[in-house]
Amino acid sequence: MKVLVPVKRVIDPNVRPRVKADGSGVDLANIKMAMNPFCEIAVEEAVRMKEKGVVTEIVLISIGPAQAQETIRIGLAMGGDRGILVQTDVAVEPLAVAKILAKIVEAEQPGLVITGKQAIDDDANQTGQMLAALLGWPQGAFASAIAKDGEKLSVTREVDGGLQTVSLELPAVVTTDLRLNEPRFASLPNIMKAKKKVIDTKSPADYGVDVTPRLTVVKVAEPKKREAGEKVADVDALIAKLKSVGAI
Amino acid sequence: MAVLVLAEHSNDALNDVTAKTVVAAQAFGGDIDVLVAGHNAGAAAQAAAKIPGVRKVLHAEGAAFSHALAEAVEALVVPLMAGYDAFFAPATTTGKNVTPRIAAKLDVMQISEITKVLDTSTFERPIYAGNAIMTVKSGDAKKVVTVRGTAFQAAAGAGSAAVETIAAPAGPFKATFISEELQKSDRPELASAKRVVSGGRALASAEQFNQYILPLADKLGAGVGASRAAVDAGYAPNDFQVGQTGKVVAPELYVAIGISGAIQHLAGMKDSKVIVAINKDEEAPIFQIADYALVGDLFKIVPELTSKL
Repeated sequence: MKVLVPVKRVIDPNVRPRVKADGSGVDLANIKMAMNPFCEIAVEEAVRMKEKGVVTEIVLISIGPAQAQETIRIGLAMGGDRGILVQTDVAVEPLAVAKILAKIVEAEQPGLVITGKQAIDDDANQTGQMLAALLGWPQGAFASAIAKDGEKLSVTREVDGGLQTVSLELPAVVTTDLRLNEPRFASLPNIMKAKKKVIDTKSPADYGVDVTPRLTVVKVAEPKKREAGEKVADVDALIAKLKSVGAI
Repeated sequence: MAVLVLAEHSNDALNDVTAKTVVAAQAFGGDIDVLVAGHNAGAAAQAAAKIPGVRKVLHAEGAAFSHALAEAVEALVVPLMAGYDAFFAPATTTGKNVTPRIAAKLDVMQISEITKVLDTSTFERPIYAGNAIMTVKSGDAKKVVTVRGTAFQAAAGAGSAAVETIAAPAGPFKATFISEELQKSDRPELASAKRVVSGGRALASAEQFNQYILPLADKLGAGVGASRAAVDAGYAPNDFQVGQTGKVVAPELYVAIGISGAIQHLAGMKDSKVIVAINKDEEAPIFQIADYALVGDLFKIVPELTSKL
């Protein structure tokens, strides 16, 4: 079975984002970027499935600026086989990403698509579900365990209150939660080998998808700052303070 | 104008995030109908009819709805949307699972986890783990949104909407429910608890998490939360996780114990009214947002606090 794994280039999760003074967005100039952590988990899962012999080929896809190629290379160094970069400087919304991915699915005919559950920049948590809907495929969102069970896929999902296991007819879309696996680091030899792997460069127009945003960003602002707190000396002082503000 | 609100429920009981979602829908305006899709969910439908401001409750029954499978809910909701201008769902795992499918089928961009409704096309929502608040205007004909429950207050009073039974697609669907493993707890539910006590990596083991965190939570009548580090290390179950990718809480009192305060954790609790941090590291980032900071050994402080309350 062939697997497609979309990967997104985002701000490094350890960097504290700064809102631009003009309110137009978050300042990404000279900021360290990385592969979205949930996408790393998706790549890792695909590689593990390949190591188990369940998966034959892993195709990585990124939609974004030319630098998104670096993100694909990371995935190739982790064990991906080849990449597709859909290059555009427009910030592509989840709906348009899902439409492009649906076209790639049509061309590549994978048995499974594994996406991250959300990107840590827009925090949308939509793309995998939208893709499943557009394809008419079942979905296993927020997966913490995946197992192929004959012609079906058993997916354990992290839901409010605990875990839920569903059985999906293949082909299907799965989105990864944090607990699915621990992504591997790419070793230096694998990083070198990944440079030889093929990345096809395409554009949204190649897939006939209009990426004009549906949502206009009116402004981006800093969240309200909390007032500075105070240090209390001991438990008695803490209890007294909490009583004085009516918290207990 | 009319809005369809998806009810969050467990068939026999309605989750109060539904009433909060109705309040968000009221800010949007128009007639508000609540959809209760479930299996033997009559009790949830009756409870939804009592939410103030609801015009009517649409009650759909089917085995596939007992666990709100996305494929089934999509098949039910998409045809209904011909009669509505907007779809509002709570940003619970159910709402997040189902709503993007509906948006894609309607060919509209979903607006996730809104925290404010400015007008019928403009909404506020947090991005970058809550480090920025984005105001977006949607040009789509129908608005599809998920609502962050902690950003809205349920309205007081009781409504008396009519419950209308509607036909539901029977399937089969390409996904089937196999099993579930839910945490049983008598404690208040984390997302709606008035007080939350959370433990982090410093608890060092599941035994100590239970030994130190739970009695304090019980004393305060609080829900129990955890940092990702505590969950990853197996000290607490996954669904205790508070943060960008776990639950977002905004209780009156949040007590962070042995939690350093990574960006991703703060995203899930920084709107709490009063934040208390107990940590031995004076430099821990959690102290930058805590109202009351107690520096010291949690293994001494927490039992003392529990006994003195």
